[in-house]
Amino acid sequence: MSFACIYVPNFPVAAVLRAEPELLAQAVAVLEGKPPLEKVLAVNEKANGIAPGMTKAQAELCAELALRRRSPQQESAAHAALLDCAQSFSPCVEDAACDSALLDLSGMEALLGPLPEIARAIYYRAADLGLKANVAAATNPDTAVLAARGFSGVTVIPSGKEADRLGSLPIEVLFADRLEGEAKKEASRLLETLDRWGVRNLYALAALPEIALSERLGQKGLHLQQLARGTASRTLVPIEEPLTFEEAVELEHPIILLEPLAFLLNRLLEQLCARLGSRALATQELRLTLDLENRTGIDQEFENFGIPSESDASHGESQSDSAPQYFVSSWQGRFSRTLRLPLPMLDTKLFLKLLQLDLNAHPPGAPIVKLHLAAVPARPRSAQGGLFLPPSPEPEKLELTLARIAGMVGDNRTGELALLDTHHPEGLRIPRIMSAQRESAPKTADPPEEKSAVTALRRFRPALRADVTLESGQPLRVVCTKKKEVQGEVLWKAGPWRSSGDWWEKEAWSRDEWDIALQNSSGVALYRLVHLLLGGGWFVEGSYD
Amino acid sequence: MSSAVVSTSAALGRPFVFDDDPEVCDPASTPRKSISSATPGARRPFDKLRAGSQDRRRDAGATERFSVDDVRLAGITSASRLNIRPAPEMASSGVSAIDALAGGLPRGCLTEICGPASSGRTTVLLAALAAATRRGEFCVLVDASDALDPHSVVAAGVELDRLLWVRCGESSPQKSRAKEKSSQAAFRFVQDGPRKDENRLEQLLRATDMLLESGGFGLIALDLCDLPLQAARRIPLTTWFRYRRAVEHTPTVLLAIEQHPIAGSCSSLLLKLGSENDQRLAASTEQAAERQKNAAHGVSRGFTAGSEEAPEGRKKTALDFPYPAHAQLLTGLEIRVELIRSRLERKPTRSTSAAFAGKTTWAG
Repeated sequence: MSFACIYVPNFPVAAVLRAEPELLAQAVAVLEGKPPLEKVLAVNEKANGIAPGMTKAQAELCAELALRRRSPQQESAAHAALLDCAQSFSPCVEDAACDSALLDLSGMEALLGPLPEIARAIYYRAADLGLKANVAAATNPDTAVLAARGFSGVTVIPSGKEADRLGSLPIEVLFADRLEGEAKKEASRLLETLDRWGVRNLYALAALPEIALSERLGQKGLHLQQLARGTASRTLVPIEEPLTFEEAVELEHPIILLEPLAFLLNRLLEQLCARLGSRALATQELRLTLDLENRTGIDQEFENFGIPSESDASHGESQSDSAPQYFVSSWQGRFSRTLRLPLPMLDTKLFLKLLQLDLNAHPPGAPIVKLHLAAVPARPRSAQGGLFLPPSPEPEKLELTLARIAGMVGDNRTGELALLDTHHPEGLRIPRIMSAQRESAPKTADPPEEKSAVTALRRFRPALRADVTLESGQPLRVVCTKKKEVQGEVLWKAGPWRSSGDWWEKEAWSRDEWDIALQNSSGVALYRLVHLLLGGGWFVEGSYD
Repeated sequence: MSSAVVSTSAALGRPFVFDDDPEVCDPASTPRKSISSATPGARRPFDKLRAGSQDRRRDAGATERFSVDDVRLAGITSASRLNIRPAPEMASSGVSAIDALAGGLPRGCLTEICGPASSGRTTVLLAALAAATRRGEFCVLVDASDALDPHSVVAAGVELDRLLWVRCGESSPQKSRAKEKSSQAAFRFVQDGPRKDENRLEQLLRATDMLLESGGFGLIALDLCDLPLQAARRIPLTTWFRYRRAVEHTPTVLLAIEQHPIAGSCSSLLLKLGSENDQRLAASTEQAAERQKNAAHGVSRGFTAGSEEAPEGRKKTALDFPYPAHAQLLTGLEIRVELIRSRLERKPTRSTSAAFAGKTTWAG
């Protein structure tokens, strides 16, 4: 049996550094508590002279210190990343604490190599996910936990050497960092007792006689001694958490323009994609939620919000032309956008570009104070290209192209064509998703059958209103003011063809269709003339071409 | 693209200097100048060529030839080189008459189909789309005037899940918002005709650029039928050159339907469509009149027949025939195709044309 423990020291600081990697070279302190009683909760190793428990005023005396408030969202995202890292190596993972994860590596040697190699791979995977962790591998889980808490970097303890390796660790590693309530009191009482006995490290605790220790500290003392000797044994409690991939960033200062937002989005997307990639997953849906600053008035400064400089420059519109009605929705405090993809993808740059295009088209309309990005996991697509299959566009490229075109021509004006289940002539919708069948081969390998050409109708959108002179209920002359070539004597006609529908709804319709021939400059042209029976009026709906 | 570029040298019957033919470029049979002797030391191929030119000028009158390797290494292709390009692969247009006339639609080339209203341009376009989607190719239609009829698309046999439809015509969302925000939105939002056409045209050109860059489509169709000629003529020729260059060496068919040819020499195939609607309609009218005459009780209630005689001072029209209007149906169009230009073959000695009929869906 072999187990590994991933432990992230200074977890609140690590969560902050994962969200803001530019602070890695600086001294960072995380504050907790309500103002003005904020105290330092944790600091990184570069914060010399700053200790947990200091007040904010004391910490601010250090000029180079970056102070951040504790963020539950960032910590939960970091914890989820930690579990993702563990689960990318073993299916049996125990959520030991918020800052540590235990994983069972039994049988993994044949798959992933020897234990030291696996431990190093775990270390680097955690670093890829933005977490600087200690990794320890041992033959029992508790030894792995103690070694990960006590030794930095990668530690591998071979079987039978547990007591020797753990002996040098201070006695405090037996207790978790953050205990609360009765557990904390109990731990401090035990530590005080051991300190009075002169027991400073695990070697001293392991050397105590068992019976005497049991008489003084009870079963708890014996358990601590077993931990110190590395002989404690227990079974792992594996977690079965739902796959949730969410990242969040809280901002101290609201973001006004979209350019700086892109940097934050890029960071969140990279973290999400790294987590998805560690689980061999992709995503088909991204949900972006922006918490907006709740303001009571509109400043001139914020009127420029959401107007992208890149695309607007080409359109030649001034930035002050942003639309006020988009601000109205922003007062509700939250702005959400959902990006649905036709196929599972895992491409940070593509996601970023799509989100940028979407936000350009639909700006949030108010300063942003918090970002939350969630990805719905999906199995990555597995498609094998065929030598003899016709070419098809690359899904990622096509999605980006469609997003760009949609930004240009408008929403719901590009995509696949789908007919609605109605007889109404304009019963169509344009779903954005292009090609669920993209990866499929042609339906038949036989050569395509030759069909006779079908006369097509070209629609006028909107239909052209026409003045029609009737004779015996039939159109005799048509005059269309909007299109000069559509007027004149009706040379030939067929009809009427009556149709109706949706009579059970408000949008009921009933119409007579005529096919007419008119003479124009280039010859005879055929048109479809429609008489609306409910609303009244004649319209030229299109031309046959 | 053109299948052969025949040089003036070929026309005059002179041998090609840079031909691969060993007999022409046989170094043993021709007094080839030794380049290494002219310029000592190792030199680049271009230096060799330049030195060779100087030597040739020096020895005026002597026949100077360079080996093919020298010229190829110099990276220069002679203008007089007989360069036979492979003929492009042809894709079926979905209309057998057009396939027989032009061989189909060339891949990697621009094809123009022009004609007046009701000449069958959209019918041919939908037939080409249907044929391409049946082959399993993904197609895109950039619709400048948002004129596509979905029911016609389905009736033509186009597989909808392989067709991308780009509807131009509306201004971009940002522009719309900007207009709505403006205090004078009511006045600015109403676009005049030319401005609207320019907007549609701009969208079409930009969307086509993006789609060509994306690649992977079997057929990219541009619908410019309803654009006024003035607007369509504003497309610079460089744009068509760029499209031709972008689509070159790809299996994509770039097809444009319009009223008049506008791409100039950039199109490899130009077809002109015309209708024979007047004859067909006249025949249809006569047949209907004949049917009506033969039918003893053919007039339905609710549809009164027209008068036998035309009113005074007016020419007799179809309405004047004594039959109800619903006694006939539009069954289709008679379409005449004329091959105006094809760079795939030599100029034909006589005008080539074909005709076919497009049927309406209800005509079966």
